[in-house]
Amino acid sequence: MIEAEKLTKRFGGRAVVDDVTFRCEPGTVTGFLGPNGAGKTTTMRMICGFATPDAGRAGVLGGSYRALPNPGRRVGVLLDASAQHGGRRGREALAISAQTMGVEEKRVDDLLGLVGLDRAAARKRVRQYSLGMRQRLGIANALIGEPEVLILDEPANGLDPEGMRWMRGLLRDFAERGGTVLLSSHLLHEVDAIADRLVIIGSGKIVAEGSKEELLSDAGTLVRADDGEALGRALAAAGLEAREAEGGGFLVDAEPRAVGVAAQEGGVALVHLAPAGDAGLEQLFFDLTTDNAAEGDR
Amino acid sequence: MTARPGLARLTKVELRKMVDTRSGFWLQVAVLGLTVLAVVITVLAGHEDDKTFRHVLSNALQPAGILLPVVGILLVSSEWSQRTALISFALVPQRPRLIVAKLLAGTVLALVATAVALALAALATALAAGNAPHLWSLPLGLLGQDIVYVVTAMVIGIGFGLALQSSAPAIVLYFALPVALAALGSIHALKGVVEWTNSAEALEPLTTTVMSGHEWAQGLVALALWMGVPLTIGMWRLTRRDVG
Repeated sequence: MIEAEKLTKRFGGRAVVDDVTFRCEPGTVTGFLGPNGAGKTTTMRMICGFATPDAGRAGVLGGSYRALPNPGRRVGVLLDASAQHGGRRGREALAISAQTMGVEEKRVDDLLGLVGLDRAAARKRVRQYSLGMRQRLGIANALIGEPEVLILDEPANGLDPEGMRWMRGLLRDFAERGGTVLLSSHLLHEVDAIADRLVIIGSGKIVAEGSKEELLSDAGTLVRADDGEALGRALAAAGLEAREAEGGGFLVDAEPRAVGVAAQEGGVALVHLAPAGDAGLEQLFFDLTTDNAAEGDR
Repeated sequence: MTARPGLARLTKVELRKMVDTRSGFWLQVAVLGLTVLAVVITVLAGHEDDKTFRHVLSNALQPAGILLPVVGILLVSSEWSQRTALISFALVPQRPRLIVAKLLAGTVLALVATAVALALAALATALAAGNAPHLWSLPLGLLGQDIVYVVTAMVIGIGFGLALQSSAPAIVLYFALPVALAALGSIHALKGVVEWTNSAEALEPLTTTVMSGHEWAQGLVALALWMGVPLTIGMWRLTRRDVG
């Protein structure tokens, strides 16, 4: 179980994480979604005891991460796949983690097999690894101690479609055996493919949270007409909040029925009227990304 | 199984981390190679009176004294420059414990280096078969000073790495500071202060002569300063600041 409660972190007076509260339950894979610079990394580092919150608290398995006696055996962490010594061989990098947490070294070979790094790859220095290989090494490193909780920052970054499918299977299996997973991503389709719950963060604040179904049902209605201007007037006349959607039409914050009625009153012929679904989620995420595009990472 | 990793285990891991990277491995090879070279040159080219065990040993310790601090610096600073701190402190969140393990590992490596220098110096002295007086004499006090010299060099390196958390500035500062202090020492008014604070000057007699009380006082002040200040700054940064 992972908990963040009113978590806040300021850098130079600016709150990069602002009153963030969420929970990850055992048996679930939670996707922590947000554009670069939204505060995902800082939040995860506070959960793992690398950064001290200015307010609020973060906990893992009912206590603070730093109070865990041998954290590697309870919580698997991947905070940055490129954070490995370039001059160390892949297998050796895992072996020193295993030795630190008191795990038999032969488990290292099992894990190399599990994440699909063959003998030749394991013997290479990490400097020669592609990002995808580093991610696989990082996942193996997180799994060495047979943890109950996984905290992974951008684990799908650099993976090819086959790798994404593999990770989906791995994390789903981990959750089905009662594990808790929190993984972050700045790409909707990555989280969409892997997670069953979403926590969406923008500018340091949680903007949406829930199962994918819940979020999709809240996403509003997508409506299109050949005469877009007339449709806009009709929606305004009915007092419905509408924004222009990407790819034409409007995203309306209302049920399809209300939108249909508004169009009829305005005498506009519709070509599309349906719950926004994925398009709504994409729009929400797109708005966040453009709002934050100018701000730096972390 | 979920007990806290003991210091002995963490020390073993840190020793392993010193030699399992490409740079770490070659640095150890360089120390060994230069020690052999120092010993060979001393017995081949040295004055007949200098071919004593005591003198050969003094020269044999110099490569370790110069390069082990770099090993110490890299042991700590690479956690930041290679960003492995994100793994190390995830596994050992009590950050000072990891530094204590590094200090212990550094001490072990320094003792190993001293033992190797002793063995090589003995071998070279025997092979050279010189006829200088007191060929094999080595006062126990001097042996103790040799150990202090190598171990403290390592600890000072670890302190610099910890204080600066960055390899290049730590290495440059470690070698430049004594030079700068020596330059200051040429100013008459500062000469006294520098004698007590410049490690290069105050520690110079460590491997050559059994030190007098006055020399010990100067050496201990310099050592306290060179080990204490960087380690204190480093520990403060480590515990107060966010990592990563």
